[in-house]
Amino acid sequence: MADFAKPKGKGRFTSLAFTSLTWLLAGIFFFPIFWMFISGFKSELDANGAPKLFFEPTLEQYRIVTETPPGQLGFWEATTNSFIIVIVSTLIVMMLAVPTAYALTIRPVGKWMEYLFFFISTKFLPIVASILPIYILAKHFDLLSSRRLLIILYMSMNLPLAIWMLRSFFQEVPRELIEAAEIDGANLRSQMVSVILPIVAPGLAATALLCFIFAWNEYFLAVQLNTTGGETVPIWASSVVDERGQFLAKLSAASTLATLPVIVAGWVAQKRMIRGLAMGAIK
Amino acid sequence: MAVVEYKDVSRIYPGSEIPAVNTLNLTVASGELLVLVGPSGSGKSTALRMLAGLEPANEGSIHIDGADVTDFEPQQRDIAMVFQNYALYPQMTVAGNMGFALKQRKVPKAEREAKVLEAARILDLEPYLDRKPKNLSGGQRQRVAMGRAIVREPKVFLMDEPLSNLDAKLRVQTRAELADLQARLGVTTVYVTHDQVEAMTMGHRVAVLKDGFLQQVDAPKELYHRPANRFVAGFIGSPAMNLIPTDRIDGKVTFGSFQVPLDAQTEKALASQPGVAFTVGIRPEHLQLVTSGIPGEVKLLEELGSESYIHVQVQHEDRDQILVVRTDGDATVSRGSTVNVGFNGPVHLFGEDGLRIE
Ligand SMILES: Nc1ncnc2c1ncn2[C@@H]1O[C@H](COP(=O)(O)OP(=O)(O)OP(=O)(O)O)[C@@H](O)[C@H]1O
Ligand SMILES: [Mg+2]
Repeated sequence: MADFAKPKGKGRFTSLAFTSLTWLLAGIFFFPIFWMFISGFKSELDANGAPKLFFEPTLEQYRIVTETPPGQLGFWEATTNSFIIVIVSTLIVMMLAVPTAYALTIRPVGKWMEYLFFFISTKFLPIVASILPIYILAKHFDLLSSRRLLIILYMSMNLPLAIWMLRSFFQEVPRELIEAAEIDGANLRSQMVSVILPIVAPGLAATALLCFIFAWNEYFLAVQLNTTGGETVPIWASSVVDERGQFLAKLSAASTLATLPVIVAGWVAQKRMIRGLAMGAIK
Repeated sequence: MAVVEYKDVSRIYPGSEIPAVNTLNLTVASGELLVLVGPSGSGKSTALRMLAGLEPANEGSIHIDGADVTDFEPQQRDIAMVFQNYALYPQMTVAGNMGFALKQRKVPKAEREAKVLEAARILDLEPYLDRKPKNLSGGQRQRVAMGRAIVREPKVFLMDEPLSNLDAKLRVQTRAELADLQARLGVTTVYVTHDQVEAMTMGHRVAVLKDGFLQQVDAPKELYHRPANRFVAGFIGSPAMNLIPTDRIDGKVTFGSFQVPLDAQTEKALASQPGVAFTVGIRPEHLQLVTSGIPGEVKLLEELGSESYIHVQVQHEDRDQILVVRTDGDATVSRGSTVNVGFNGPVHLFGEDGLRIE
């Protein structure tokens, strides 16, 4: 076996080429983030001057951006809003998507194809086209100055995606396992908790992570609809942009802070995913 | 201990016209090991899954211990099943897998553990109780699947090709162990396989299925000696029975100048048959090489050590016909040589409709 796995001759060259290409692409994607990260520790002078790799690091920008100027949106307020909105909407999405995915795969309801298509079709309409009706409705129901509106919107935004993703994970659950559980006398709840969910756990983690990231980064709806009371981190980060002075270093520091939760969430979810995958195939 | 009855049971899968199982009537006695055998697609798994409640019956009814369970959910039937790929719960340990059903029934923990341990002892699984299925060998997984079934003490065991993922040697060994275990526990068992050797060695009775129709249910010996039709004759026995299309001429069945020996009873039955086209069946072990018989050329020699199978090409009604002859291991023929084949045992005769004539 080991001999087969070792690429030889031409195979080794191809493998090397692919490895280099992968690193190159990863580098291209990573570089702007890296630049943003180090720029956050520069002075505005260094950040706006000629590109420099070596400079005197300072936490000054972090101090400035986390300080709340009176009457303006502060970092901690935005972060609290974001966490509440993102976590609550993701939780609701998962709570709705899991039973839906079950009903579309393991015990498919009649016309399940049509339901599936309906869910994804809600994403066909450009969000710009629906912003006005959403605004009018939100105003009518007095949702414009609270976190609730974004929770509802992010939930509806992520739900079709979550259903589609979970569906593909649920399809991977071997039929026999569920049948074995049925024969072993497990009721629906027990089949779900003891057999199905542990198997799709990596999928649940991946789906929740994606919903988390999409909601965390969402900017358009947050900007268009929120006047007061529910501003999220992207809005705070963009508020650092100062039309008069220099802002590159401050913006970098703010962006780094805004990215942090996504990185942490990704890291946690990745561990969970790997553990789930390592749990082993069904064989 | 339970009697299982299929009464006129049919299953037509949605989108299909032809029933996968067609008006099946079958009774499995209490404590019996009944083997369902047949070629791929013959409906064995479907029949088993209907008994398990995993597949609905479109017609007819299924009874366990006299109770009509046709509309019962699998959970209500008190059966245990061993799947071909074992279907072990990957995230649970061996003990967890074996105890899962008892846990569902809210059996107290101490009692559950005792039962799991007992089953593990029977199946030599004690050292592995804390392992996950993925860290077990194929044979061990198979035993865990068995263990999961026996801790339940169900009314009926269902097994769908439980040995087909094992290598040949382990399969033979496990086959014997399984049959022994079943006899000791005395639980009514329906066992599905496509391997006729497995069927013959394990089954108290064997039910042969083809295209959804039950062909014959009998004890292995009976199937071997009195196959009810041409299909069963060709399916049971290894290597397969020689089946030779033959015409009746002058009331006799002949091979060139050689007259096929029939017993008086068969001869009489043959006389009352309207058609002229028949099939003569003769097992390889009932043919032998003789000094004067049907002449033919040796085309192929299969030497297994203790015995040899000689494929002899003979002329029969202007056609080439291969006859497989079993001889003992030290036969001295070689490929291409000319031999004479003679009859040395019972001859089976099947009519135009394929049914046995006797
Ligand atoms: N879920 C299904 N939907 C439609 N047709 C099916 C389904 N399952 C089986 N069939 C068909 O029913 C027939 C019997 O299938 P079944 O699985 O019972 O055969 P089998 O005897 O178990 O074969 P094998 O030895 O290959 O397992 C086959 O023709 C098969 O194509
Ligand atoms: Mg099958």
